[in-house]
Amino acid sequence: MNFGVLQFPASNCDQDALHAVRDVFGHQGRLVWHKEDSLAGIDAVIIPGGFSYGDYLRTGAIARFSPIMGAVQKFAAEGKPVLGICNGFQILCEAGLLPGALVRNRSLQFRCEHVFLKTISANSPFSNRIPEGKILRVPIAHGEGCYFADDSTLDRLWKNGQILWQYVNARGDATEESNPNGSLSNIAGICNEARNVAGLMPHPERACESILGSEDGRLIFDSLIAWLEEKARVRPAQAA
Amino acid sequence: MSSDMKAKIIVTPKKAVVDPQGKTVQSALEHIGFQGVGAVHVGKYMEIELPDGDAEGWRKKIDDACHRLLSNPVIEDYQFKIE
Repeated sequence: MNFGVLQFPASNCDQDALHAVRDVFGHQGRLVWHKEDSLAGIDAVIIPGGFSYGDYLRTGAIARFSPIMGAVQKFAAEGKPVLGICNGFQILCEAGLLPGALVRNRSLQFRCEHVFLKTISANSPFSNRIPEGKILRVPIAHGEGCYFADDSTLDRLWKNGQILWQYVNARGDATEESNPNGSLSNIAGICNEARNVAGLMPHPERACESILGSEDGRLIFDSLIAWLEEKARVRPAQAA
Repeated sequence: MSSDMKAKIIVTPKKAVVDPQGKTVQSALEHIGFQGVGAVHVGKYMEIELPDGDAEGWRKKIDDACHRLLSNPVIEDYQFKIE
């Protein structure tokens, strides 16, 4: 599979994401500079973490108007998978590809630590290989990861199964203490209604090798790769 | 043509959004003796210089800019004047 990892000025997890897809999972991938306007030949887009455009105005607010984001809108509308990690999640919300917004952590502190995640829905390209009940241990590193949406949007997210991951404690309970940033409903990651666009604040790409302290992030990439491979098998059959 | 006209824009967090910065400023105010102040809301102020004096024409454009870029309607309200 061929991954496109977007690169904005002040992206800083682009190399980590590329390292994961290429060196850990053995797939192809390339950086896609924000001034490019085509995603031809790309099977999945990763919008990596960082501080695009210095977080000026609001996190992700400027990046969403970069030329490449027009191509991402089209790519997403075609049903192809887009994964936003940390700043990537913020950009997807600003772009209107995901509902809600990410605001300043309730503590006002930048939180950099490992958290526990519970997968709420395995029905997505990003979570289909995560065993039921498996609690993932994945790092976070953000100052503005407090997920907010109005009540009707939040109801809709629950009803449609669009909440993919919640912050939990080691036993899997979504408590206030296990919520590192004040997110509504302990939300760590969501997907769109069509389920092909997802964003999460934690960094699965930094949890793919034991030397980094956790390999749980692999399950998210395993899910995406399995989904892409399944799709590639089905598509030629449909064309025949 | 140049003019001294400016758009003056104020962006504030929506009431439903928790504003920890405002709460922190409120408690700091109390610490320095301003007991009894109500909720504080920390927002942003922006000025945009407008190169010509067509206030009505700019009003529509600035409103659009506020909606699309300068504020995020999910979490923020905005108001502006042109003068």
